[in-house]
Order: sequence, then structure tokens, then C-alpha cells
Amino acid sequence: MRRTAYTVIGVLILCVMLFPVYWMLNASLQPSGNTLTAGFLPLHPTFAGYKRALDEQGGNLVTSLIIAAGTVVLSLAIATPCAYALSQFRSRWVSIGLLAILISQMIPGIVIANALYTAYERLGLLNSIPGLIVANCSSGIPFAILILRSFMMSLPPSLVEAARVDGAGLFRAFVAIVLPISKNSLITAGLFSFLFSWSDFLFALTLTTKGRVRPVTLGIYQYLGTQVQNWNAVMATAVLSAIPAIVLLVAAQKYIAAGAIGGAVK
Amino acid sequence: MAASTLMQGTKVAGPKPARRPRGRRHRGEDLTKLLFVLPAAIAMIALFGYPVVKNLLMSLQDYGLRTFFTGVAPWVGLKNYSAVVTDKLFSDAMLNTALFTIGSIAFQFVIGLGLALFFRQRFPLGGLLRSLLLLPWLLPLIVSSATWRSILEQDSGILNRSLLGLHIINDPVPWLNSPSVALIAVIGVNIWIGIPFNVTLLYSGLTEIPDELYEAGQLDGATGWRAFWYITWPNLRAVAGVVLMLGVVYTIKVLDIILGLTGGGPANATQTLATQSYEKSFVDFKFGQGAALSNILIAISFVFAIFYLRSTRRAVDE
Repeated sequence: MRRTAYTVIGVLILCVMLFPVYWMLNASLQPSGNTLTAGFLPLHPTFAGYKRALDEQGGNLVTSLIIAAGTVVLSLAIATPCAYALSQFRSRWVSIGLLAILISQMIPGIVIANALYTAYERLGLLNSIPGLIVANCSSGIPFAILILRSFMMSLPPSLVEAARVDGAGLFRAFVAIVLPISKNSLITAGLFSFLFSWSDFLFALTLTTKGRVRPVTLGIYQYLGTQVQNWNAVMATAVLSAIPAIVLLVAAQKYIAAGAIGGAVK
Repeated sequence: MAASTLMQGTKVAGPKPARRPRGRRHRGEDLTKLLFVLPAAIAMIALFGYPVVKNLLMSLQDYGLRTFFTGVAPWVGLKNYSAVVTDKLFSDAMLNTALFTIGSIAFQFVIGLGLALFFRQRFPLGGLLRSLLLLPWLLPLIVSSATWRSILEQDSGILNRSLLGLHIINDPVPWLNSPSVALIAVIGVNIWIGIPFNVTLLYSGLTEIPDELYEAGQLDGATGWRAFWYITWPNLRAVAGVVLMLGVVYTIKVLDIILGLTGGGPANATQTLATQSYEKSFVDFKFGQGAALSNILIAISFVFAIFYLRSTRRAVDE
């Protein structure tokens, strides 16, 4: 009886906390562009907002998808061997490396953007997808190192030693033994790298100037720039941009818990 | 992101690999080991080391729009720092940054702790509800900003319509349009975004407190509030320290939410050091001044981090 009461209270807390998410969905389905008339329920749902969102932001969604996928690949390729080294090799450099990662978390994104802007300007990387992928790796790489390392700390050294006795080099043992065992933590790190990059707004805002390359976060910001006329299109874009987070939460729940506690925060 | 590093600093995670004997074979391997770390080291230097050094240099240069054409950025000493500090907006931005950070963290933490304690009770669907609670934390910040802007709209937003309908207010509140209210509204939204993170870390801290402590406490009559003060809080302090320090480090540099909600307005009421730094660099193209502001931001973060690290070291030593 008392436990059921807790469940009811828990559901109520969740309803309050997730109301904005519901409102986003509701507003995206409302017929008029103005939320003034929007009721609490989308009684006459229309997909006009979604049609407009896809027409105007469809390309931006694809751009975001490419950038996020690229960030995952590059971040994991760079972070995984390093995480393994930091978990298995014994050296005073390990604690120096971890301290460096800790300090890197205190560097505001605007500092990175400032420096990358001037460097990109010379290198011709402004307004480019590779440029944004590299910038987004600044959140993907340290996070992936931390997540993967904390998993790899639990690998017994004897595992790799056995392969080494059979004559495999350090690198071959890493690819053939460590990577397959680490699959789950690689998925966790990859999912979060994807999400960070998909959510990136600061680099999209500062490292693009021409609108040739425009991630969807920047698309939403430009919707908000002027007096908003069509909230249903804005909210439809917001819903579409929220899909990776929702999919992650529903389909990959166990990976999230690992990620949230193992490496935490953005 | 730094949570795990910090947590691993306070407890030893996992078994340590046995030290291997160093033979001739291993010397050749040192090169291979180096190759494991090298790409990440280069990336970290390029993405963090270079920007920090570059910002330090830029903050001492007259680095402006002209620099991009002429390639010349004359050295000006500390002129950028004196320019941004004497700017009439600076003290406002400092105050707003302090209010934004303290206000956000205090409420995120207290509400987060309350919810973590609540979800510590075992009840049907508890785990599921707790994971669904994470959603606000996973959404792109600009999506949250857009959604809250529609909710907070003065005339048509659902918040004012509801409050008017319930006769709690008589006139619509200009949540984002009035200088006296906008900062509170922005802090409120940031609290909402930060709660799930606080719940998650504090909850994981709570689950690590052994049940036996509570059982023993019960025998001594420590239940309810007394159990919280004498058992829960002392055992949660290390995790709470991590949560609070991370809160400061992350909140102090928040940009997306403010730009999405108010753009720093109305009348600069929601300008912080971070938004100022962005505006100096990317709106006014005064990169030197933008760098000076962001260096001040880094310095403040560092002070908090050092303060925190010192206090945890003392706690470990005790």
C-alpha cells in the first residue's frame, strides 16, 4: 500500500519534470502557428509543422547526422587505444594524463571556439563538416577515454598475457581480445559522443559563417532569432532533434546508466 | 565528464595490473605503447592545450577583424583586460554570473538530493521512473531553450495562461521580456536542466552507503532526520563535493541556454561572462577582449577546482 503511494508520487514527479517535453510534442501537433489557442491536448493534430520542419530543416538534420557520426568514429578511434593504455600500462604518465583530462573539463567551449576560429580561418576549415567534427571531438574524446578506461580497469592482465604468449604483438592482442570484450563500453562511449555532437550549438554557431554547413541546432536558433511566427514548425524541429536522446533513453537504457555514472555530464 | 576521474581519485577502481618484468623485449614495446597514447595526446594538445595558449596570447594582443586581413596583431599588454574590466557591463555580467551559478546550483542540488532520497526507497517502477527523469539532461540545450521559450511567452505561453486561468496572477508576467524577471526565468530553466544530473550522481552515492549503517543507526534511535544528519549526509559528502564542484565548473560557462532564451537581454539583464566573451569575439570581432574575458572565466573555475581538490585531499588524509 505504502509502496503504491510512492509509485504514484514518483509518476507525479515525472509528469511535472517532463511537462516541457510533453508540451513540445503537443505544440508541434497544434494546427495554428500560434500557441495562443493551443489546448492541453492536440485534439486536432496536424503534421503541417513537421512538413515545414522537414522542408526547411531536413538538410540540416542530415548535416547534423553526418557530423555526429563522424565525431563518433574519430573520437572512438583516438580514445580507445589511449583508454587501454591508461588502464593497463604502469607509468607515472597515467596520472598526469588523467589530470590533463580533468583540467580540460574546465576549459569553456568559447575558449576552444576562439582559438579554432582563427586557426580554421587560415586552414580553410570554417564552414566545413570536417572542421565541426574535429571541434566536437573536444567533448567526445575525453569522455570516451574516461568511460572506456573505467571499464578496461576491470580487465584481467592475464587475458592479454595469454595472447602474448601465443606470439601476438601488443597491437594485435588489443584488436583481437580487448576490443571485442569492450563492446558494451564502446557502445556507451559512442552513443554519448553522438549525443554531444548532435547537441552541439556553440561550435555550430561560431565556426560556421555562411550557412552552407548548418547543423539543426543552429537551424532552431535561427528560428528563434526573430519573433517566432510558427511555433508548430519550431517545436516539430525540436521534437525531431530530440529523437536521438529519446531513442537512447528508451532503447539503450542500460548503456545510459553506465555512461551517466561512469563518465557523467556534459 | 570529470566525475569519474574525481571519483576514481577518491577510491581505487578495479584490480591493478601486475607489474611486468622489464626485459629487452619490452624496450621495443615502449614504442608500441607510445603509439597507443600518441593520437589522443596530439588531439588533447590540439583541442585544449593550443586553445588555452592561443587565448592567453590573444588576450595580450589587439586581435580584431583587421588581423584577418593583415595578419598583424600588435601586442598591447594588459589593455584588453583593463578594457573588459572597466566596461560598464562587466560588473553586471559578474553579478549575473554569480547569481546564475549560485542560484542554479543551490536549487539543482537541493531538489536533486530530495529526489535522490525519494528514489532510494524501493517501490514498483522506481528504476524506470528514475531513468525517464534523465530526459531533460539528454536533450540538446537549444531544444530545451526553444521549448521553454514557447512555454514562457508573455501573451500566448502556457505558463501565463495557466497562472491567469487559476487566478494566481492578474496580468501576464513578462518572463523573458522584463529585466527584473528574465534572470530568474533563465535560472529556473537551468535548474530544470540540471536536476537529472544531480539526482543521478547523488543517487549512485546513496546506493553506496551500506544498509548495515542504517540498521545499526536504528538500534541507536537514529531514524528519519537523525538518520539523514548522522548517517546519510556524512557518507554522501564526498559525492556531494564532486557534484557541487562539477556544477560550478559547468554552470559558469553555460552559453546555449542564455543565448536561446534571451540572447543576453533584455537590456543586458542576462549577460554573463560567457555570453559577454562570445559577443566580444564573434559579434564585435574583438577576439583579444573575448579571450581576456574567457581567461577570467577559466581562472574562476580553477579557483573552485583547487579549493575542492584541497578539501578532498584533507578529507582523505584524515
